[in-house]
Amino acid sequence: MKKTIFIDGMAVAFDGEKTVLQIARENGIYIPTLCYHPKLGPAGMCRVCVVEVDGMRALQTSCSLMATDGMRIQTASPGVIEARKMVVNLLLANGNHDCLSCEVNGDCELQDAAYHLGIERPAFLVEEQAERDTSAAFIMRDPNKCILCGRCIEGCNRMVVNEVLDFGLRGGHTKVICDADVPMGQSTCVQCGECVQLCPVGALIDKKGIGQARAWEVEKVRTTCPYCGVGCQLELHVKGDQIIRVTGIDGAQPNQGHLCVKGRYGYDFIYSDDRLTTPLIREADGFREATWDEALDLVADKFSQIIAESGPDAIAGVSCARSTNEDSYNMQKLMRGVIGTNNIDHCART
Amino acid sequence: MTNSFSEFEKAKLFFLIGTNMTEAHPVASYFVKRAVLKGATLIVADPRKHALARKADIFAQLKVGSDVAFLNGIMYVLITEDLYDKAFVEANCVDFDDLKAKVMEYPPERASEISGVPVETIREIARTMASIKPGMLCYTLGITEHTCGKNNVMSVANLQMLLGNMGVESGGVNPLRGQNNVQGACDMGALPGTYPGYQSVTNPESNAKFAEAWGVDSLPDKFGLMIPDMMAGLATGKVRGFYIFGENLANSEPNIAHVEHELASAEFIVCNDIFPTETTRFAHVILPSAAWCEDDGTYTNSERRVNRVRKIKDAPGQAKPNWWIFKEIARRMGQEWPSNSPQEIWDNEVSMLVPAYAGIKYARIEQDGLQWPCPSIDHPGTKFLHKDGKFARGQGLFKGIEWTPPAEVEDEEYPFVLSTGRRLFHYHTRTQTMRAGLDQILPEETADISPVDATRLDIADSETIKVSSRRGSVKVKARVTDQIPAGLVWMAFHFRDGNANWLTNNVFDPDTKTAEYKACAVKIEKIV
Repeated sequence: MKKTIFIDGMAVAFDGEKTVLQIARENGIYIPTLCYHPKLGPAGMCRVCVVEVDGMRALQTSCSLMATDGMRIQTASPGVIEARKMVVNLLLANGNHDCLSCEVNGDCELQDAAYHLGIERPAFLVEEQAERDTSAAFIMRDPNKCILCGRCIEGCNRMVVNEVLDFGLRGGHTKVICDADVPMGQSTCVQCGECVQLCPVGALIDKKGIGQARAWEVEKVRTTCPYCGVGCQLELHVKGDQIIRVTGIDGAQPNQGHLCVKGRYGYDFIYSDDRLTTPLIREADGFREATWDEALDLVADKFSQIIAESGPDAIAGVSCARSTNEDSYNMQKLMRGVIGTNNIDHCART
Repeated sequence: MTNSFSEFEKAKLFFLIGTNMTEAHPVASYFVKRAVLKGATLIVADPRKHALARKADIFAQLKVGSDVAFLNGIMYVLITEDLYDKAFVEANCVDFDDLKAKVMEYPPERASEISGVPVETIREIARTMASIKPGMLCYTLGITEHTCGKNNVMSVANLQMLLGNMGVESGGVNPLRGQNNVQGACDMGALPGTYPGYQSVTNPESNAKFAEAWGVDSLPDKFGLMIPDMMAGLATGKVRGFYIFGENLANSEPNIAHVEHELASAEFIVCNDIFPTETTRFAHVILPSAAWCEDDGTYTNSERRVNRVRKIKDAPGQAKPNWWIFKEIARRMGQEWPSNSPQEIWDNEVSMLVPAYAGIKYARIEQDGLQWPCPSIDHPGTKFLHKDGKFARGQGLFKGIEWTPPAEVEDEEYPFVLSTGRRLFHYHTRTQTMRAGLDQILPEETADISPVDATRLDIADSETIKVSSRRGSVKVKARVTDQIPAGLVWMAFHFRDGNANWLTNNVFDPDTKTAEYKACAVKIEKIV
C-alpha cells in the first residue's frame, strides 16, 4: 500500500518499511550523513542527519527514523540547521581537519556537510595532536581526522567479520583501536581495506595513493580482480596511466563492494621495472633481444619443421588460467586449428 | 560452482571441506561469516584448524587424504538411520544401490579409524545435515589435489544428492576456483578433450562445426595430452615443441628437481609472459605479453559469471596482447583469423560457437557479468544449476567409491605428512605479489608445525629447520601454530627458497592427472 510523508511541505509517496533518510535520498533531498552508510544501515551516532518531525519534541535522526503514513518532516528548519552546525563544528574541533593536504579533499563527507552548512572555519579551537599510525603495510590511520562515526568498526565486525577494530577507552578519550590497542601493523588486521573504503573522512588512508592524485583528477574504470576465482569487481581510480587506488563497487556482483588485501592493494606489479618489454631469443650464453618478426618467424618455422618431421602431436601447449577467455580461446584455436593437435591443457585441476 | 556467491549470505548450513577460504578466497569467507552471524550452521572438515574451523559449530579435523572414508561414514549414517532425501533420490537419481552397497562397508567406526574423526562427530554431522536443508557444500583443492581427487569430488556429489541439496538455492556442490580465470580457461577449451563450451573433440558433429568455423579441412579427433604427460614427453623426445603461456611450471609443479630436468630436456620452448620467471629460464623464445589492465577481455569466475576486464594503459615497450601473438603465429603458419580485438573474438566467435554463451555479448556485460548457461540474448543467466533436480546428463548418477590412501604415507624414515596450499598475502609463485609490496607482510616461506611436535623436537618458532622428502630438502623457518595437528607439516609454494614443491610427490590422479600436492611423507630436522 502506498503511504505518503511530507518533506518540507512536499508530499512524497513510498512503499514498505523505509527510513526518512532513504525516502529523502530517493527523492533527491540532501540530508548530510556521517555515520550512516547504505551498506551498514542506521547507526544513529553522529546526529548530523537530524530532522524535525511534527508532533515530536526532540530532533530525530533520519537514518534510524522509520517513516509512517502522514508524517511531516522539516529537513532545513532553523532548529535543524543549528543542530547540524553544532555537530559539524564539534567534529571539526575534535581533530585536525587540514583539507589542504588531505588525501580525501573533494571526496570527504565531513567537508561536504561543512560546505552545505556554510561553515568556513571551525568555531572552536583545535585540540592537541595525536600520532599517526603508519605501522601497517597499506593503511595509514590518522586519529586527528577521526570523527568516531563507527563505520570502520561496523565494517570490520559485520561486513568482512575480521573482528579487529573496536572503540577503545571512554568519554572524551574514546578512539578506534586495533585488537587491544596495538598499532595496526602489529595487530591481527589483514589489510583488507574495508575500513578505508567506509571512512567518510581522511582518518583511514590507502598509503599507496598518498600524494598521487586529487579525488577530482581520477577517472574510475570498472574491471575484474586478477587474483582468485571469486572474480571481485573493482573500481580502478586512474590518473593518466597510473592506478591511484582501488575500491570495491557497492552492490556489484559477486563481491558487493568488499575486497581483500590482494585485490585492493596488489595492483602495481604491472608497473614493475622487471616487465618483459621485448621478444627474446636464446643464444649460447643467455638471451638476446629480437624483433617481433624475427621471434614469431622463428616460432612458426620451428613448429612447422616439427610438424613435418614428427607430426602435430609432437607439439604441446599449456594455456594460462590468469589471462582472459579471449587469449585462451585463441591459444586452443592455434593448437587445434593450425598445429593440428589436442595437446592443450592448463592448470585446470590445481 | 553449481550455485552463486550471492546465495551464501542466505544459506542455512555450510559444509566446508578442504577449503580455507579465509586465505584463498577471502571475500567468499566474508559471506560465510556473515551467514554464521545471522545463525547459519557451519560444519568444517579440514586437517587444519584454520580460521573458519574456529567459528564452526562442528569441526571434523580429519587426516590428510581420508575424505572418501569420512564422507562414506556420513552417508552410512544417513542411509542406515533413514535420514536421506528419499523423494529426491527416487525422482532424480540412479544407481542408489551401487552407492549403498559401498557405503555399507564404511560404518562410522571404520570411517573414524581411517579419518581420525570421532564416531560421534561423524554421526552428528550426518544428523545435522539431514535436519537443516538446504545445505551448501563448498570445497577447494583439499578435495582435488589427491591421487583420489576425482573420487573425492564424486563423493561430495554423492553426499549432496543423497541429501537432496542439488538444484536448490543456497545448496549445491561448490568448488571455489583458484585462479581468476581457471573456470574460463576450462570453458574456452584449453583442455585436451574439449572445444570451447565442453564440446567433445571426439564428437564428429562438434569436430565438423569447429572445422567449418575456423575454415580448416579437418581437426584432430582424439584426446590430447595433459600437463604431466606433456612434460614427461619433453624428457623422452615425444614432445619436441612446448608452448607455455603464463605458467610458472618450474615452481608450481610437484617435485621441482624432476620438473626442471624435463624442462631442460626440451628441444624448443616458447613462453608468453609478463615477467622473467624460473620457467622462462628454459625457454628458447620469450614473447612479452600485455598484462591485466593492458588489454580488454573477460574472465569467468567460480560461479560461471563472465565479467569484463578493461584496458587502462598500453603494455610497456613492445609487449603485445596474447590473442594477437597467437593470431600472428597462425598467420605465419598460413591462416588468417578474422577477429581483431577481444570483443570481436568473444562476440563473433566464442558466443557464436558455444550455445551456453549465445546470450552473452560484450554489450550485455558492461556492468555485472552474466552467468552461463545464457542461451539467448534475452536470457538473464543462470544463478544455480540443475533446477528441480534436472541434471545435465538427465538423472544424477550415484557411484559407490572406495577409499584409497595417498600414494606416499608416513613411515619410520619420513614420519610426517606434508600438505600444501596458498597463503593470504601471496599468490602462487609470487610473480605478481612480490612486485606489489606484499613481501612487506610475508617476506619468506615457513613450515607450519604443531606445538606438540615443536616441543618434542626442541624447535622454536621462527627457528630455521630442514624439511626433507624422498625428492628433495629445503631449509625454512618453522612457524609453530595450533592450526596444525601433531604429525602434519604445512607449507606453501610462494617462494623459490623453501618452496613446498621441492618436496611434493609427482604422482597424479589417474583420470584428471591432478598431482597429489596435499599429501606426501617428510621428515623435519633441527639444524645444529
